[in-house]
Amino acid sequence: MTDLTSLMLAEARKGLAAKTFTSLELTDAHLSAIEKARMLNAFVMETPEQARSMAREADARIARGDGGPLAGIPLGIKDLFATKGVRTTACSKILGNFVPTYESTVTSQLWRDGAVMLGKLNNDEFAMGSANETSCFGPVGNPWRREGSNTTLVPGGSSGGSASAVAALLCMGATATDTGGSIRQPAAFTATVGIKPTYGRCSRWGIVAFASSLDQAGPIARSVRDAAMLLRSMAGHDPKDTTSVDIAVPDYEAAIGKSVKGMKIGIPKEYRLDGMPAEIEKLWSAGADWLKAAGAELVEVSLPHTKYALPAYYIVAPAEASSNLARYDGVRYGLREQAKNVTELYENTRARGFGAEVRRRVMIGTYVLSAGYYDAYYLRAQKVRTLIKKDFEDCFARGVNAILTPATPSAAFGIGEKGGADPVEMYLNDIFTVTVNMAGLPGIAVPAGMDAQGLPLGLQLIGRPFEEETLFSLGEVIEQAAGRFTPARWW
Amino acid sequence: MSTATHKLLKGATGDWEVVIGMEIHAQVTSNSKLFSGASTAFGGEPNTQVSLVDAAMPGMLPVINEECVRQAVRTGLGLNAKINLRSVFDRKNYFYPDLPQGYQISQYKSPIVGEGEVIVELEGGKTATIGIERLHLEQDPAKMLHDRLPSQSLIDLNRCGVALMEIVSKPDIRDAEQAKAYVSKLRSIMRYLGTCDGDMEKGSLRADVNVSVRKPGGPLGTRCEIKNLNSINFIGQAVEVEARRQIEIIEEGGKIEQETRLFDPNKGETRSLRSKEEAHDYRYFPDPDLLPLEFPQSYVDELKAKLPELPDQKKTRFVADLGLSAYDASVLVAERESALFYETVLDRLANRARDGKMAANWVINELFGRLNKEGRDITDSPVNAEQLAAIIDLIGEGTISGKIAKDLFEIVWQEGGDPRALVESRGMKQVTDLSAIEKVVDDILAANPDKAAQVKDKPQSLGWFVGQVMKASGGKANPQSVNELLKSKLGV
Repeated sequence: MTDLTSLMLAEARKGLAAKTFTSLELTDAHLSAIEKARMLNAFVMETPEQARSMAREADARIARGDGGPLAGIPLGIKDLFATKGVRTTACSKILGNFVPTYESTVTSQLWRDGAVMLGKLNNDEFAMGSANETSCFGPVGNPWRREGSNTTLVPGGSSGGSASAVAALLCMGATATDTGGSIRQPAAFTATVGIKPTYGRCSRWGIVAFASSLDQAGPIARSVRDAAMLLRSMAGHDPKDTTSVDIAVPDYEAAIGKSVKGMKIGIPKEYRLDGMPAEIEKLWSAGADWLKAAGAELVEVSLPHTKYALPAYYIVAPAEASSNLARYDGVRYGLREQAKNVTELYENTRARGFGAEVRRRVMIGTYVLSAGYYDAYYLRAQKVRTLIKKDFEDCFARGVNAILTPATPSAAFGIGEKGGADPVEMYLNDIFTVTVNMAGLPGIAVPAGMDAQGLPLGLQLIGRPFEEETLFSLGEVIEQAAGRFTPARWW
Repeated sequence: MSTATHKLLKGATGDWEVVIGMEIHAQVTSNSKLFSGASTAFGGEPNTQVSLVDAAMPGMLPVINEECVRQAVRTGLGLNAKINLRSVFDRKNYFYPDLPQGYQISQYKSPIVGEGEVIVELEGGKTATIGIERLHLEQDPAKMLHDRLPSQSLIDLNRCGVALMEIVSKPDIRDAEQAKAYVSKLRSIMRYLGTCDGDMEKGSLRADVNVSVRKPGGPLGTRCEIKNLNSINFIGQAVEVEARRQIEIIEEGGKIEQETRLFDPNKGETRSLRSKEEAHDYRYFPDPDLLPLEFPQSYVDELKAKLPELPDQKKTRFVADLGLSAYDASVLVAERESALFYETVLDRLANRARDGKMAANWVINELFGRLNKEGRDITDSPVNAEQLAAIIDLIGEGTISGKIAKDLFEIVWQEGGDPRALVESRGMKQVTDLSAIEKVVDDILAANPDKAAQVKDKPQSLGWFVGQVMKASGGKANPQSVNELLKSKLGV
């Protein structure tokens, strides 16, 4: 039965519908894979009982003929999503054993459509990180290793558990969130497909907030088609999230295989960084060639404010985070440290409850919002953000349908290799992805090739607002041309 | 309209002028909270009216309650203020257990309501115009209970997230009387509008008062803010004692430190809560969970068209249509319930053009006087509007005299009943039969020949005879007939 884990989501759906196997069998296959892969530390909470009960329910629904688009499909859920009755911690000590009495809108839509929850996935604490090393549950292993090396590499972050679990065939797809690249960078590091939809496409209700104006949920999946299927269930307007947008969700899957002939693809010259590895450069050209071969037209475009995106991001995101994380105070839920008075309660609880990276960002955020610095930092960063957005708008106004860039400036690196002395070294991972969050645009990372060490590399496509379908059509072209990449099992 | 003269405070070095600006926190009348569906009802068991949003559970998001927006716009219109078609919610960040989110959602740079003004009534029929700086919407914090346990405080989140309107005045207020009148006027306007119940005992209306002193016409002094005053009298007292404190310090050569102070009504003094240095840095920034609040002008116009008549308009109408004095009119309109009572009386009158003014006198003097004496509220009056209208009809049509009417009012107050039927059954009708009155007049003239003779020289002594006749008739003789009869008989 272990074969079942290697199916694509679309194939599994077919098999379930044809009753070739049951959801319970499919779920059990994944549960047993999860058990064997505990050394990857992708799951921080396994929920086998719940998974089997949901699978039985899905089987019953399929038998009744009202299976739903994701009936019986076993998924992993990033620990940032509130799951009713199941511990939700954002991988932070400060939430302790917090068990929500509510279900996030995104996950509730997945369950509505028949999906099965296998458990909760590891991530960087409060989604702050690019290597999944800041989790209070410890780092996650990337199923990919350098050729001839036993060094465990990071899966990227913050959705490292999601990417690792999907790549290691522990779940058929996973939910993830992306504030500055947290879906696309881990997808690129693990040869999985990850899409961050347009800001407002998915409801943020019930997702532990990092930076509200940048956070967006999306799937990590084994293929472009699988990602399209998952996003269709995850997306949609939610009156409980004022920033979610009331636009009908299209059938994303229908965009797969659609011709990209005549589409104008922008190649931004500012993304050609000094010292960028030749392999990345080569991959980028290959991607452009594939799209051209499929009938798309390539044009050089300019996004002149790109170089300000990362610094501006590291003002806006920590500013919002410093406020969003103020609620973790030891008063109502989660960790509470002993104290003589209320100020000490806050200090002790937050000092012990938050990890170093979270504390750093809370401090940065508090600083940039404080009296006398607000104009110089926060306000200026917001102005930069407007300019970045305008760069893209100008580009799209000239008829560009999507923009092609590398997903990351490098392949996966070893645990503890980066950011030890200088956090900026780690922040640079998001150099190609943060602009997309700053502009609120959709972005997809698709596996496109291997580096010399045998590690996967990804390309990113950036689309117009609410034109995720274009990204799926283009992503499919790259996927078809590049082929699929599966890590050799060592765990 | 010019600002009325105000009270200056005497100090050792001469007169001092007090400059006052106020921030009023008014709870919005709405069924649910500003950003959640939890109930706003007062007095529920602690922590029973709390949504996931109010408790700031992870991943919860605020959604604006449209009713609160409507109420804020209506209040702004009532304050003759500019309504901003686009406003922004900001986060005011600080740590305190009464604030589960760690920030209060408020409006900082772009409030929903801009500048306006209110006219306040002062003693002696004077008025003063007080400028409104702004009105914005924000969340009420939770309630801390410090006295239930010896070493711990408890939190009741029921109030947490209830909508508040913070109404900021310009520093136009000049003495304690104006300060009290300003709050009374705001409360009255909001009660007319039904946007805040104004119940200061329940904390639905609280005031922060900024006080500074200066030599008349001189530059502004350093101000101190007195927080959380919850009665109109305390506002007046706090202004007085704080101004005195500041004058004393300055006259002794000291300097006023900008700080936040609390008023202790038992000791009749203010004391320091925190200095400027200890003031919070609130790190305001636009709340990324909420879009800017936008509505079209037509929305405002519609609300404006449906506003009820407000006290100033009502006052103008009473003066113009019924000939009331400005003072009487302002007394009647000061509280919505009083105005409603008076207007119900008017509606029931047989002849409002003739008796409307008399009705005003009766409501203000007899009814309010009696209610005040017994410490009762107009809504709890033993004499209802219909009964009072009947009494006034009886006077107006000449069935009873004003004096008898007071007896009748007393009977209705004590025993209730239909005034007209009471007049019949108790024989209180005025005697208009001239022959019956003439008999009494003749008897009294016969008994007092000396006085009768004097009347020719001292016509004002006629009144003594009128009194005697009225007395002899048990108050039932028609005073006008008595007057005429006496005049003709005495030849004056």
